[in-house]
Amino acid sequence: MGEMEELRKEADNLKDQITEARKVVQDTTLQEAVAGTTLVGRVQLKTRKTLRGHLAKIYAMHWGTDTNCSKLCVSASQDGKLIVWDTLTTNKVNAIPLKSSWVMTCAYAPSGNMVACGGLDNMCSIYNLKGKDGNVKVMRELAAHTGYLSCCRFLNDSEIITSSGDCTCILWDIETGTEKTIFAGHLGDCMSLAVSPDFKMFISGACDFTAKLWDIREATCRQTFSGHESDINAIGFFPNGNAVITGSDDATCKLYDLRADQELITYQDSGIMCGVTSLAASLSGRLLLAGYDDFNVNIWDMLKAERVGVLAGHDNRVSCIGVSSDGMACCTGSWDSFLKIWN
Amino acid sequence: MEEGSRDQGQQCVGTTDPEEDSPNTIIYRKIEDVIMRLQDEKAGGVAIRTVKSFLSKIPSVVSGADIVQWLMKNLSIEDSAEAIHLGSLIAALGYLFPISDHVLTLKDDGTLYRFQAPYFWPSNCWEPENTDYAIYLCKRTMQNKARLELADYEAENLARLQRAFARKWEFIFMQAEAQVKIDRKKDKAERKILDSQERAFWDVHRPVPGCVNTTEMDIRKCQREKNPQKVKKSVYGVTDDTQTQSSVHQSLPSQPSRKPTREDVQKEISFLNMQLDRHCMKMSKVADSLMSYTEQFMVYDPLASTVEPSNPWISDDMTFWDLEASRDPSQHRVKKWGFSLEEALKDPAGRDAFLKFLESEFSSENLRFWLAVQDLKRRPLENVAARAQEIWQEFLAEGAPSSINLDSHSYELTSHNLKDPGRYSYEDAQEHIFKLMKSDSYARFLRSNIYQDLLLARKKLVSSSNVCFHFPGQVIDGQAADRADAVILTLPGLEGHRQTPLEGP
Repeated sequence: MGEMEELRKEADNLKDQITEARKVVQDTTLQEAVAGTTLVGRVQLKTRKTLRGHLAKIYAMHWGTDTNCSKLCVSASQDGKLIVWDTLTTNKVNAIPLKSSWVMTCAYAPSGNMVACGGLDNMCSIYNLKGKDGNVKVMRELAAHTGYLSCCRFLNDSEIITSSGDCTCILWDIETGTEKTIFAGHLGDCMSLAVSPDFKMFISGACDFTAKLWDIREATCRQTFSGHESDINAIGFFPNGNAVITGSDDATCKLYDLRADQELITYQDSGIMCGVTSLAASLSGRLLLAGYDDFNVNIWDMLKAERVGVLAGHDNRVSCIGVSSDGMACCTGSWDSFLKIWN
Repeated sequence: MEEGSRDQGQQCVGTTDPEEDSPNTIIYRKIEDVIMRLQDEKAGGVAIRTVKSFLSKIPSVVSGADIVQWLMKNLSIEDSAEAIHLGSLIAALGYLFPISDHVLTLKDDGTLYRFQAPYFWPSNCWEPENTDYAIYLCKRTMQNKARLELADYEAENLARLQRAFARKWEFIFMQAEAQVKIDRKKDKAERKILDSQERAFWDVHRPVPGCVNTTEMDIRKCQREKNPQKVKKSVYGVTDDTQTQSSVHQSLPSQPSRKPTREDVQKEISFLNMQLDRHCMKMSKVADSLMSYTEQFMVYDPLASTVEPSNPWISDDMTFWDLEASRDPSQHRVKKWGFSLEEALKDPAGRDAFLKFLESEFSSENLRFWLAVQDLKRRPLENVAARAQEIWQEFLAEGAPSSINLDSHSYELTSHNLKDPGRYSYEDAQEHIFKLMKSDSYARFLRSNIYQDLLLARKKLVSSSNVCFHFPGQVIDGQAADRADAVILTLPGLEGHRQTPLEGP
């Protein structure tokens, strides 16, 4: 036991030293630096479309990014279906029945050729949307995780990254169906992940209250960010890839900078008393849209850390949110079984 | 009903068993702090009074309007709608309730509300079984009071439970009788309060059909219950071996929470050492970088600025998207290419323009190499090795037709990678070439005619007669046309745009 104690002391000592070192570069705070910037005007977005069709809680949604599918998005619901929507017409392009109805995540490949999903089955299932006979079929079932699949994101048509309740993330080779790299280090369930704009790194948020930045090729953890007091449910990159945004059950969102290696600001309000479930940054990074347990989405001025808008329209928890690749529309998915398009 | 802690009245704080720390713990604490302050009349809380109604008194109530006002004042909420929304959340979770309604929302009027007893607080991690609910509904039918009459949905629930528990209904009936006896011993006013609190508890755990069940947990969080096999505590102190495992997540194996091992801590130490050596950017620089990025891109952010010509979602006019996709880019789009090389290459038209410029400088091999490598990364595995070799032959081999300039270290590394060619064999080389283009060619591109013409929208107006007219007052090649009547002709066949001003009249 003595050795463990000594080791812990050493670790704590190093942590203190690091805290001091980080303070040294704090020649200002973000709040001070933006004091002269005007607050963004009140943002009032309206529901332009409501996507109806799911019969149970929606747990995840993801926009297509390729120019051919930038108006398409995929959603996953506990009714055991993946639906690919044409958000402009509200038509269902595909309605894919799943083997397991306990789905928790879904993803759209950047090429638009595939979608993926997973959940309590501990697997990531890849579906080919562009099959020869027009039918959507399971292409691969990636099985290796020993816990639920919380999130998945494609790097390209041959690689996908998954995060799991087994506290690890895995980079998979889709063609061979095998694990390329296992990213271990979190001490709690990994709840969410996001890939950097240059596809070289990814970040994961976990129930150990920390967020970790991973180098995909080097297979190492580059940085760890702490500060949250409860599970991190949602995570995303600032559009230029230099900062990370997290959302937590402690009712706050935080912005961490990669180059300063520390927290820049916290998005909180005394009137917000529920967890953050999901988040997305607007195209310029000026706005942060975050979904909460109280059925609303709060829109924050990311620099000034003040609320500048609310999206109210769902009748149950907002479970997922995404901004389209051209930044034009925001899509929310809820436990009320509906998706809404806002702008 | 359990006599113990409840009789201590409404002042005791709900105790959270540390073993049952739920992800909602922090939220509950925040709300409970507000609830305590709300009820503390001496410290500025709301006035909790007994209200006289018809033939009776209603003890211990407060109006919805009072609660809304308090929330606005004490939590600095400016908008009453927001205060109502927050208050409704607090009610839906079960911390306060309307005395005459099963639906748990807060109204900004004279509707009367009561505070929930800490015994029933959500932070106590209640997951009451159907046996408890059956006992509750059963005892309600035994008491002959108008206010305790079952609502339609409750009567339906009772009927369903009677069928489900047909074999042990006698047991449930007896438990209900016992509860009625205990209740009768209590003071009348106290009973009114306790009955309403008990009802509010069931309104949370067995909500009115159509109302959101706030006790529903994200299934990902349910998995983390430290001891899911533990028999859940009963509201009425009933210990029953045959309690049904009602929810599906009960039967799944629990994920043991990891405790750090010695190896974990050692790894952490080496990681921390690496972090200590890290060179960090100053906050002021970071802040500047964030501010300038958002400033640059805000005009392109449809959620933060108005978009020209119109937002297709609102106007149903696709022009905006047509313009974005066209190979003939607008000035607005071209301006973005000047923000960074990354932005220029994101746009296919930008790639084309940059390539055209590099061709004019006879250095297009760099960009072509970069594009080839980007493409390689997206190829199906079976084609990768062959394509990687092709790229080597084209750009890096001795006597290559489009020879690129790599430093010896990068060259050797790439050559080594090519022994076992893969999608990422050229990562290092690609980064080098990108940096080269960024620091060298890109800046010249932005100053070039090819770029400037697009940026300043110097379009051919009358292409058939091969003349270009520039409107006076435009900035041309960095110089403002200072003669309002200057007209510049471009003669066909000339390279680029050599302007030859005419002698004015």
